[in-house]
Amino acid sequence: MIPPRFEYFAPATIDEAIQILDRFEGEAKVLAGGQSLLPVMKLRLAEPRALVDINRIPNLAFIREDAKSLRIGATTRTNDLNDSDLIHKRYPILSDAAYEIADPLVRNMGTVGGNVSHGDPANDLPACMIALGAIFHLRGPKGNRAIPAPEFYQDTFVTALAPNELLHEIEIPKAKAGQGNAYVKLEKRVGDFPIVGIAANLLIGSKGVIQAAGLALTAVGPTVLKAVEAERHLVGKAPDEAAFARASEIAKGIANPTSDLRGPAEYKKAMVGVLTRRALHRAADRARGGA
Amino acid sequence: MAVAEMPAAREEEMGPTANIRVTVNGAPRSATVETRTLLVHFLRENLGLTGTHIGCDTTNCGACAVLLDGKAVKSCTVLAVQADRREVRTVESLETDGKLHPVQEGFIEEHGLQCGFCTPGMMMSAVALLQKNPRPTEEQIRRAISGNLCRCTGYVNIVKAIQYASSKMKAGPSGGRRA
Repeated sequence: MIPPRFEYFAPATIDEAIQILDRFEGEAKVLAGGQSLLPVMKLRLAEPRALVDINRIPNLAFIREDAKSLRIGATTRTNDLNDSDLIHKRYPILSDAAYEIADPLVRNMGTVGGNVSHGDPANDLPACMIALGAIFHLRGPKGNRAIPAPEFYQDTFVTALAPNELLHEIEIPKAKAGQGNAYVKLEKRVGDFPIVGIAANLLIGSKGVIQAAGLALTAVGPTVLKAVEAERHLVGKAPDEAAFARASEIAKGIANPTSDLRGPAEYKKAMVGVLTRRALHRAADRARGGA
Repeated sequence: MAVAEMPAAREEEMGPTANIRVTVNGAPRSATVETRTLLVHFLRENLGLTGTHIGCDTTNCGACAVLLDGKAVKSCTVLAVQADRREVRTVESLETDGKLHPVQEGFIEEHGLQCGFCTPGMMMSAVALLQKNPRPTEEQIRRAISGNLCRCTGYVNIVKAIQYASSKMKAGPSGGRRA
């Protein structure tokens, strides 16, 4: 299969990319890793008139931590998260997810920016970004916007990103002492979409009480789901089985999966409960300094 | 159906094109290609490098794996224009001066193939792994080839083939066969 014809642009700056996107009035798509875009183009599910390849823009692939934040550039490859000691040590939820996204070859091309901006509720990184409290930095013809991850996801394949905007950087609050997180994914086989994925992030204070919690669910709704009530339940509790069991029951309540080849809805819902408990326990273990 | 349509499609006028310069197996190659040309088609049809196979054409099987700037990618899901000014290595580069690469030798010695269709991609994933991690564990090998599907051998001998190459490469160019 060969994709439909398109005009190809390889701009050298973000601003130039935005000008091209703007000129095509919604009929141009950004090409990052292309691991979702090219398959849908080959299947004629998308037929953009132009592709704007952002891979030639310098300084758009980076992972760095400053005084306030962890910053990840849009064209950072998914496997770069795997290869980063900083990510493994301080933001293990991202290496958990990166280790299991698609397969190693796809991860060498696929980008972090593409994974989070595609709007597929079965992509793994959006839940991690919500659990971590990430902010997405977008730039368009009218300037910059910063959008908190949960507000970015509006519906299946529908995000807050305008057709003439580029998501160029992801900002994540800097990891604190007592913070631990994990992503747990259930899949039939390598390369398949998840049956269910759970992202959990906990901040445990010096008195052993949960001070902040982030919890989000992959592949069980029209968008990635932020489990707000479950998060609220966790805050102020001791990080123990009782609190985690209750939180996973609450999380199960917001899951609204569909029955498909990956299993019936009832099964997926049950797995939300199981995986939420596992993710919370792993996050808590890591917060206490374990692996 | 796709095959029957191919001649007609070729007679059509070309769509937008781009000039690309790609270093393929160490040699600079340049061409004018349709922007929509996939890297695998550029390699096979423009350059005649048919060692890279087209299997599923849907990013699943990895038969089309090549190294792009040293990293294994699925060339059915990369545009030729994305390889512009970059380096591509295909299976044809493995044999040098009439001598097989240790990975190729491993696939022969350990019977790492039956029909051979997945083998070029399998070997390129193995080469990428061993460049990064010369002494991989079995788990790491299995992980590294998890984007490459084989429908004949069931992977056991493929894993052995890569282990063979790992030992051989450690032993150095004059090293002997594994006991």
